[in-house]
Amino acid sequence: MIEAFLPILTVVGYALLVLVPLLLAVAYLTYAERKVIAAMQLRIGPNVVGWFGLLQPFADGLKLLHKETIIPSRSNSIIFLLAPLLTFGLSLSAWAVIPFGPDLVIGNINVGVLYLFAISSLGVYGIIIAGWASNSRYAFLGALRSAAQMISYEVSIGLVIIAILLSVGSLNLMQIVEAQQTVWFVIPHLPIAIIFMVSALAETNRAPFDLPEAEAELVSGYNVEYSSMTFALFFLGEYANMILMSAMGSILFLGGWLPPFHIIPFTWVPGIVWFALKISLLLFIFVWVRATLPRYRYDQLMRLGWKVFLPFSLIWVVLTAAVLMGLHLLPGQ
Amino acid sequence: MIDTTAILFYVFSGILLGSAMMVVTARNTVHSVLFLILAFFNAAGLFVLAQAEFLAMILVIVYVGAVAVLFLFVVMMLDVQLSQLRRSAKGYTLIGSLVGSVLAIELIFLMLNWKISSNAPDLTTTPLSLYQGMSNTEALGNLLYTHYALAFQGAGLILLIAMIGAIALTLRHREGVRKQIVGDQLSRQAKESLRLVDIPSRSGT
Repeated sequence: MIEAFLPILTVVGYALLVLVPLLLAVAYLTYAERKVIAAMQLRIGPNVVGWFGLLQPFADGLKLLHKETIIPSRSNSIIFLLAPLLTFGLSLSAWAVIPFGPDLVIGNINVGVLYLFAISSLGVYGIIIAGWASNSRYAFLGALRSAAQMISYEVSIGLVIIAILLSVGSLNLMQIVEAQQTVWFVIPHLPIAIIFMVSALAETNRAPFDLPEAEAELVSGYNVEYSSMTFALFFLGEYANMILMSAMGSILFLGGWLPPFHIIPFTWVPGIVWFALKISLLLFIFVWVRATLPRYRYDQLMRLGWKVFLPFSLIWVVLTAAVLMGLHLLPGQ
Repeated sequence: MIDTTAILFYVFSGILLGSAMMVVTARNTVHSVLFLILAFFNAAGLFVLAQAEFLAMILVIVYVGAVAVLFLFVVMMLDVQLSQLRRSAKGYTLIGSLVGSVLAIELIFLMLNWKISSNAPDLTTTPLSLYQGMSNTEALGNLLYTHYALAFQGAGLILLIAMIGAIALTLRHREGVRKQIVGDQLSRQAKESLRLVDIPSRSGT
């Protein structure tokens, strides 16, 4: 009987091996964000709990845990509770296909990129359901904004992914990384790498595109009615999504686990360390942008998505196909 | 030995049928859309079991990620009064059941006359010997862009026409709307908009 369940147990074990470091990373991402922004604004940041404030994330987590969960009486309580669970669950489930090294992956599936894209396109449900189930004007307006924004920027992310797929010839994430042995895609595909990064900011509702939770006009947007653990799940989900988007960016453009040069001191470092470094670099850009740029106006956000990014990434897809065709560089030929 | 695929097949198809029923019978329209999404998910699960992982992902991306979001959008904004809807639906009971029974009879006739080829199981498990050893994304691409290129382009053209039609029907040019003109903003010079004035102390401009 044990043999029948052994494969399931190993998969659960692998999942825990990914999820526990991920949740730790989420906790310390909140700490790093506060420290980095503090440094950029000439403040000190959290420094009271533990050395250099290193225990601050856990203090915050424990505080949220022992608060009361308040469910508004006019809300739709089942769906109200479903929304944060969905957001959190989706942000974790995408990690099943992320390759951390040459043979470090839970599910090496053929359509890895599509799986990631599908999961990230589902993220909008958590927000839109939360806005509707709260039965509150602020939450509903925040959810509508967020849904429109995420759908708009998904289109250009999809086209960016198509351009990368054209140069790889496979939807498998491992093969996408291995195709970058000679040169990382950030060099030939620099313009769409920038588009991907900006769209990732919009997709994760981060500044300067954090309109769904614009404090000044919407109090705090879709999660205004949530308290305690339900709020914590939204928060964790949002930060896990940031890490996921950075991981996606480093796989598509920065060569995943590959070292920058294939010469001795660089190849000594294990691949997972390079991957973590690249993710950290992209996360730093997320935080840096938040500390630097003011919030976009809503119509400008939509204009940027539909009238600038969409045509440009479409042209880039055609251009990539034409260049690959013309120079006989198409993979599989 | 437990046949995991069979168990998963019955779980997926059971939930699929159940949630499809709930789409029609749920009292709250938002619940209906959410059950529809659950149905799409289980259909994607069935595709994965049939080893059509590309179709499964496309189903999730297109239907769940885009179409159902728009459904949810519309349904949430509508604020339908259900009791009212029920009262107005009563008028259609007769004609509705008539159409429904005609369709049901047609389906039953079709099922009775349906002939299943003797090598159907082989055809479904190994569709074409030509595409063996290929991932099904490649196999689909090879078929779509060679044998079915015209049909594929035709389908694309129909979608394009539908899109243009929808835009033409809803596009209105409103008077007196102030729009942002990015070109004008970018071509603005400092000397057009900025005037430096040296103000002596204790006097206005």
